Amino acid sequence: MKYTTEELQEISKEVRKDIIEMILKAGYGHPAGSLGMVDVLVTLYYVILLHDPKKPDWEDRDRLVLSNGHICPARYAVMAHRGYFEHKELFKIGKFGSILQGHPDKRFLKSLETTSGPLGSGLSQACGVAYGARMDKKRFRTFVICSDGEHNEGNHWEAVMFAGKNNLSNLTLIVDRNNIQIDGHTEDIMPLEPLLDKYKSFGWSVIDIDGHNFDEIVSACSKARSIFENPTVIIAHTIPGMGVDFMENNPNWHAKAPNDIEAKKAIMEIRTMGGKVTPYGE
Amino acid sequence: MLNAKLNLNPDIFTKKIEMKLMRDGFGHGLLEAGEQDERIVALTADLKESTKVNYFADKFPERFIEVGVAEQNLVTIASGLANFGKIPFATSYAIFSPGRNWEQIRTTIGIDGYPVKIIGAQSGLNIGHYGVTHQGLEDIALAQVIPSMNVVAPSDYNEAKKATLEMAKIDKPFYMRLPRIESPVYTTEKSPFKIGKANILTESKKPEVAIIAYGLMVYQALLAYKELEKNGIETIVINMHTIKPLDEEVVIRYAKLTNAIMTIEEHQVIGGLGSVVSQTLSKNFPVHMEMLGVQDRFGQSGKPDELFKEYGLAKEDIIKSIKKLIAKKNA
Repeated sequence: MKYTTEELQEISKEVRKDIIEMILKAGYGHPAGSLGMVDVLVTLYYVILLHDPKKPDWEDRDRLVLSNGHICPARYAVMAHRGYFEHKELFKIGKFGSILQGHPDKRFLKSLETTSGPLGSGLSQACGVAYGARMDKKRFRTFVICSDGEHNEGNHWEAVMFAGKNNLSNLTLIVDRNNIQIDGHTEDIMPLEPLLDKYKSFGWSVIDIDGHNFDEIVSACSKARSIFENPTVIIAHTIPGMGVDFMENNPNWHAKAPNDIEAKKAIMEIRTMGGKVTPYGE
Repeated sequence: MLNAKLNLNPDIFTKKIEMKLMRDGFGHGLLEAGEQDERIVALTADLKESTKVNYFADKFPERFIEVGVAEQNLVTIASGLANFGKIPFATSYAIFSPGRNWEQIRTTIGIDGYPVKIIGAQSGLNIGHYGVTHQGLEDIALAQVIPSMNVVAPSDYNEAKKATLEMAKIDKPFYMRLPRIESPVYTTEKSPFKIGKANILTESKKPEVAIIAYGLMVYQALLAYKELEKNGIETIVINMHTIKPLDEEVVIRYAKLTNAIMTIEEHQVIGGLGSVVSQTLSKNFPVHMEMLGVQDRFGQSGKPDELFKEYGLAKEDIIKSIKKLIAKKNA
């Protein structure tokens, strides 16, 4: 079915509420990055990806590799809303025996594409999947989400070179450009700019978008599907902690769980969106 | 005497014995495996010829991937290929893979148990003049500590080929180490080989010591066995070509028979065969042991024989240690 932008916004709001509750219950997690990527993940799972929650091992499904595994609360929450597993499982995240491990673990949740967490390896793995798919003339697309901070890792650039060399046009990388990492702002820790030019010089097609604008996310992913010359990177500019005023753009919320009072305040803000989100079309 | 059931090379102790590269055994095995199964793909990190993956690459260029000098990428791309359904052989040198890319192997291959075969060539002291930076002496420790990983170290050309063909058919991750130099082909095509099952190379009614070795050290052990036999000292030589899963049954059986076990390896004793054999025996049947290998030291340049002597792995060192071990158990 087709979803309107308003519907996607409503789903995103519910997902954000779930994320806060999940991290509150777990007492651990990465709220900023998780909240920031909700709109991208919702768009992927509801509009872009060819997939079937009832048949997660369908061999022609589009693949979504999550390199920055620490934002798994967002992926888990979107997957639950999409019907991959029961919604109540969300609140067992990180608990003993849960299908939702603290970082994505494919042994416990088969519908994940990979086990991930250690940064810098997701793009390489996705390159392997995309390369294999091309060898076998498969039509599916491999998407990868990675963080901006993980561009500090050498392994990531090894993969950027590899995808460029091999013109892996069935590969789309979405970079969560939220400008924060654990120790502070990316440009203070290890500057990445000019990031777009770096990808261009490695032989990639580049698209720069507002990672909270559903229209832009959809159009960038569709455009990436139509590029046959080389791999595409979508730099999605996002607001870490999106939807919760006191978390937004604050590196302190990269890897910190809210307490009860903070969580309540956060959920209230998400419900009203605190006037922070520019409604679609304005 | 030699175990007749193993169909060992009749020229085993003569100068006529053929010398071949285990790396060629791997290369030829991979080519054959590639012909049998089109899911097999091969990767290298700028070491196509010296890892002998070139035989496969020349025959199946469309199934060969060059990643450049990037060992982390090598294994993570291999992981992705296996995730898609391929059977990747990822080749480099032991020091770099699993040396430089250990966490990637653990996370992206080990945890989900993808059937990636990691080939670490130029392992051990025998790489000689290249020196300490290129001598992989810790690769087996690094590989075997990963829970799902299987670890194989063949002892001649034929075994390297058979191991390659067999691991290609097993849906599990593997690490296989290969030395640089040529070595005597003391087995034949007819010699049995099964991953996880040690080969008992010699037989004796009253053996004094059982020697357990892998790789180049198996033939060194056989040379020691031969000389000791002349002096009336009987030993059992065991080729432990699979370090993980270890053939514990054989280790325990021969510990019971001899009360004295010696391990030999071209690797750090810490985390190597010496460690795992000793663990097995401590739990099941403790006996006197000697563990030859690199004793918590770094390597250096030199000819293989010079290095074996310096690090206590020459035939003379083995004989001396066996005598010491016999004295210990009889004390």
